Amino acid sequence: MQTFFYTAGAVAVAATLLMILSLNAVHALLYLIVSFLAVAVIFYILGAPFVAALEVIVYAGAIMVLFIFIVMMLNLGRRAAEQERAWLRPSMWIGPSVLAAILLGEVILLLTRAGVPAPAAEVVGPKEVGLVLFGPYLIGVELTSVLLMGALVAAYHLGWHRPKLEKANVDDSRARGASPGGDFVRAGADRSPGTP
Amino acid sequence: MRSLLWLIPAIPFFSALLLAIFGPRFSRKTIAVFGAGSIGLSALITLGIAADFITSPPPDHRYTQTLWTWMNVGDLNAPVALLLDPLSLVMIGVVTFVGFLIHLYSVEYMAPEEGYSRFFAYMNLFVGAMLILVLADHLLLLFLGWEGVGLCSFLLIGFWYTDPKNVRAARKAFIVTRIGDTALMIALALLLTHLGSLEITTLLDRAGQAWPIGAPLAIWAAALILGGAVGKSAQLPLQVWLPDAMAGPTPTSALIHAATMVTAGVYLIARTHTLFLLAPPVLMAVAVIGAATLLIASFSALTQSDLKRVLAYSTISQIGYMFLALGVGAWSAAIFHLMTHAFFKALLFLAAGVVIHAFHGEQNLFQMGGLRRTLPFTFWVFLIGGASLAGLPLVTAGFYSKGEILWESWALGGSALWAAGVIGAFLTSLYTFRLTFLAFFGAPRKAPAGGEPGLLIRIPLIVLGVLSIIGGFINLPPALGNKLLLTHFLQTVLPHTEASALHAAGGMTEIGSEAFVTAASLLGLFLAYLFYLRRPSLAESLAGRPVGRALHRFWSAGWGFDPLYDRLFVRPYILLAEAARRDLVDRFYERWLVRPVFLLSSVSLHDLIDSIYTGLARLAAVFYEMLRRTETGRVRWYAAGLAAGTIFFLGWVVLL
Amino acid sequence: MLMIPVQEGLLLAAILFALGLIGLLVRRNILFILMSTEVMLNAAGLAFIVAGARWGAADGQVMFFFILALAAAEVSVGLALVLRMHHQYKSLDADLLSRMRG
Repeated sequence: MQTFFYTAGAVAVAATLLMILSLNAVHALLYLIVSFLAVAVIFYILGAPFVAALEVIVYAGAIMVLFIFIVMMLNLGRRAAEQERAWLRPSMWIGPSVLAAILLGEVILLLTRAGVPAPAAEVVGPKEVGLVLFGPYLIGVELTSVLLMGALVAAYHLGWHRPKLEKANVDDSRARGASPGGDFVRAGADRSPGTP
Repeated sequence: MRSLLWLIPAIPFFSALLLAIFGPRFSRKTIAVFGAGSIGLSALITLGIAADFITSPPPDHRYTQTLWTWMNVGDLNAPVALLLDPLSLVMIGVVTFVGFLIHLYSVEYMAPEEGYSRFFAYMNLFVGAMLILVLADHLLLLFLGWEGVGLCSFLLIGFWYTDPKNVRAARKAFIVTRIGDTALMIALALLLTHLGSLEITTLLDRAGQAWPIGAPLAIWAAALILGGAVGKSAQLPLQVWLPDAMAGPTPTSALIHAATMVTAGVYLIARTHTLFLLAPPVLMAVAVIGAATLLIASFSALTQSDLKRVLAYSTISQIGYMFLALGVGAWSAAIFHLMTHAFFKALLFLAAGVVIHAFHGEQNLFQMGGLRRTLPFTFWVFLIGGASLAGLPLVTAGFYSKGEILWESWALGGSALWAAGVIGAFLTSLYTFRLTFLAFFGAPRKAPAGGEPGLLIRIPLIVLGVLSIIGGFINLPPALGNKLLLTHFLQTVLPHTEASALHAAGGMTEIGSEAFVTAASLLGLFLAYLFYLRRPSLAESLAGRPVGRALHRFWSAGWGFDPLYDRLFVRPYILLAEAARRDLVDRFYERWLVRPVFLLSSVSLHDLIDSIYTGLARLAAVFYEMLRRTETGRVRWYAAGLAAGTIFFLGWVVLL
Repeated sequence: MLMIPVQEGLLLAAILFALGLIGLLVRRNILFILMSTEVMLNAAGLAFIVAGARWGAADGQVMFFFILALAAAEVSVGLALVLRMHHQYKSLDADLLSRMRG
């Protein structure tokens, strides 16, 4: 099991590294999926099978498919890769790498400072997770649903790009004479004062 | 049926929300259906619940419905709980029924107005808040309703906000009632800290156990609650807002400033009456305030020339009667008068609205006259309302409720309070018939234009007219048929106070007291007839004398409370604000501290101060330049900034 | 099973997070920026799971659940924005967006 853990960890790190290095968007996405799958394995080892399944289905599945869909839609070909090559000069890497290295160093320091005793892993199954999720964290679930709803509406609105239609819509509402605020704005505007 | 209780306030709230959001898109018909229909539905549910309650009363005659926990902080546990007992049942009955009739009236009355949906949204919100107020099982929830009706009152008085006059009136009403609200808020805090609960029944039980009669804390709590009630119910010394509140639309005046909101104070005192019993001085103060208010407002009503202002002062004086009743311990008599007053005062206001419409917005009594022939229907309903207000004997609701209050004040409160009440009854009758004769009799001074109102206005007027007559028969005093239905119904909440030996009804029976009231009201009727119909010259000669003229001026200005408060509070406040604007404190320091120092060191003061300020300005400019550079609009720079910040703080944690 | 490698797990999360950060700061293509964000979110989730496993509690998994929902929402909006940007600028260079124009 230990070896599994370390292998999966190494795979995850390597895949992520390759992803941030790759020039082609589709390649990068494939590396990313590999990285997520590796993390899913780690989840399983840590006794969280439910989340491991979610990671595979939602993260590596749904979210990444979205990405791939967009990349295909945008039709980023060889030209894009050339562009990336031009952008990714070695000098570009210095600053961020230093920043990230310092951050990592700090976290490692923090981790080594506190010796954490570790008991044996016990499997926390979907049932326990469900009980906690829909018990104390119920409000979070509700808020999440609101968030997803908002994202749905926003994505629909943003992705809806038909200039002609939009213009027609605006013209139509103007033609109907719907003044914003309606009643509230115009109330009492044309009254003679003081009449009951 | 009882489980539907929560719907009663919920329906108006829902309708108000709908109208607020979609109102401008709805057609007028839809708005009317939602606006009036929601209250009608509430009234129907109330009817069902009342029938259910009377036929099969719940244990202890109280039914509590807890909806959800509103907040739970420390030892304050505030559930949203509704309490149904005889008192709140009577209140929601009055609010929903009178409210529904007024809404029905508004459908037609407000039809020509702009802001139709806004009006109904406010009105529904108001009814919802009032229902929360009377149904609340918890003082905090009651306070929510209390503030809600205050807000709606503000919105509705300033309904035609394009005229600054109306906005001023709304602001005045809001500020004056806020003074009372603040007192009430302090009372709530005091009760919570000392009794550990704001749930009404628990609180009153604990108060009875913890405080002996006359305990200072009980006196404070009762006095502060009285402060709140005085503000909301427009009693002395906070009565100045109500006459000005007539700036709002007439249905608003009928609903808020006559039938419901202004009686909230009476309801609150009745609801917490056991607390007042622990504080006899405060209870006495309630009676005295009531008596003083009813006299002062009656005198003012005598001299008003504006139709709606007469009714406004009359409202103040009638609520004075309720306070008088509460103060002597005649709880059920106060609630009885509250109910009958809601009927006839709503009727009077609505009929007055028809009159005002007929004259195209003219509200001056001396421009009216002779409406008896042009608007016979309105005349009759107005006459019924006026008779009920004046307490004409035997056939009007006002007679029974007022008679009961006066008899109880004689039996429990002594002769002085009773005498004030009787004089008030005489004055009430006088100004009511003065109003009626000026508006409906005599020769028309100005040709009315509008005809009789339509059906939607007639129905509420007829129903209220009937109620103004038969409303009194549910509580016939022992001397006149002995059917104290309402008193018995309220018995579980508002127990009957026994007359103490001190004020044993010395030498007068109930019939005697009723006879006095009858005589007073008939005398008022006769004098009004004499002065305003038979011999107007008499009234003019009375008012023509210097004393008479001075009194007239004084009374019509509402006893000079407005100028008094202006001098006492408003102007000093404005002066202070002006002083603060001119940096008086700074000037003082500069004069006595800074200047001497500089004179001593003989440095040119101006230059030094100047250089300090220019230095500051330059420093600000430098920082601004630095910060401006960071605003590149490049996302990746921002992300780097975030990372750097994280590193910094993590480093802080790691290294310290 | 195994002893929970708490330190190693957290270290892995930190490494992944740092890699994501590097990606975020280096790449100019907005798609890659979004991908790097996903990596960072995933790393945070991993930290939660490790901590939850350490205490044998379900809360860590619950938090991951929330992170997952957040990531889904963020990606959908972000990708819609990428689409719009591609229409508007015919490029995916994030630095082009330094001026907010309609």
